[in-house]
Amino acid sequence: MHELAIAESVVETVTQRLPDAKVTCVHLEIGALSGVVADSIRFCFDLATEGTSLAGAQLKITEPPAQCRCRACGSEFQPDSPIVLCTCGSPDAAVLSGEQLKIVSVSVA
Amino acid sequence: MCGTCGCSDGANIRLLTPEGAEPAQVSHHHGDHTHSHDDEGDRTVVLQEKVLARNDVLAQQNRDWLQARGVRAVNLMSSPGAGKTTLLERTATDLAGQLVISVIEGDQETALDADRMRRAGCRVVQVNTGTGCHLDAAMVSQALQSLDPPAGSVVVIENVGNLVCPALFDLGEAHRTVLASVAEGADKPVKYPHMFRTADLVLVSKTDLLPHLDFDLGRCTADIGRISPGAQVLPVSARTGDGCLKWYDWLLRP
Repeated sequence: MHELAIAESVVETVTQRLPDAKVTCVHLEIGALSGVVADSIRFCFDLATEGTSLAGAQLKITEPPAQCRCRACGSEFQPDSPIVLCTCGSPDAAVLSGEQLKIVSVSVA
Repeated sequence: MCGTCGCSDGANIRLLTPEGAEPAQVSHHHGDHTHSHDDEGDRTVVLQEKVLARNDVLAQQNRDWLQARGVRAVNLMSSPGAGKTTLLERTATDLAGQLVISVIEGDQETALDADRMRRAGCRVVQVNTGTGCHLDAAMVSQALQSLDPPAGSVVVIENVGNLVCPALFDLGEAHRTVLASVAEGADKPVKYPHMFRTADLVLVSKTDLLPHLDFDLGRCTADIGRISPGAQVLPVSARTGDGCLKWYDWLLRP
């Protein structure tokens, strides 16, 4: 399960950026096309944060939908699955957003 | 959304009922919320940082290192048992004298695949990930140092057999190749779209088994075209050699 590796990366990044802070909340953004399952991150977040300055921190996850632009007809659309398909039938689309996997902010005591 | 556990939005997990309907909500755990939902007194620090930033930096370092050496790296991914090592054995043997291929083998345990590739004449580094389900850029960086591939050669990174996790981790490769065997069924691309979405080459392997299966190659190819419009699809059989010449051409092209 790669979500544990993701959760560990979150801990590593936050502790490097804010080495002396007691972190009380972490806000993540997980795009619909990121390939990461938010529930799995929630499941292993406590395990990954145990014994770190993030231990006991709340976890907020925002999951924005993907946004694509069709290269065939030019229209913008939100795909309803990881298989990006425009309503015109073309699969050739640029992903404008939805692949992001980022730490938006943290709250510190 | 509850900030303590993040629950209540159902996330992207979708359940289908036995009747085929989607329930309104996928809910989980805590019936009662007793924890506080405000964090008064705390200070918010905006980070806006990619979670995999460190992996991405290392992957770019790998990419620069490989490019400076004139070495092409192929990240070869598939489910376990799809035939990655068997195809590579045949490839190394058939291209001996034409192309130097070195291999980074990723498996949870054992050096079985490394032994096979060594016998096929390749320089090999085995990475055992323990419980890990994928290779990351740091592992590949270490492996490349010890592999020391010569200019003009190809490094094949045989990722841990898994159609899910390796899709997420950039290793610094020039090409992402997914291998799907006909024995697995033609529906793998639509079932694991994240893996196939970023592939620039899909090898459909074990085609010598086609007479014994109901595998619909046309449907599989069409699905790959919908998921990754730019991907090339090459059917191959490592047992009979059918289709292998096209794969070799792809590997040999500058």
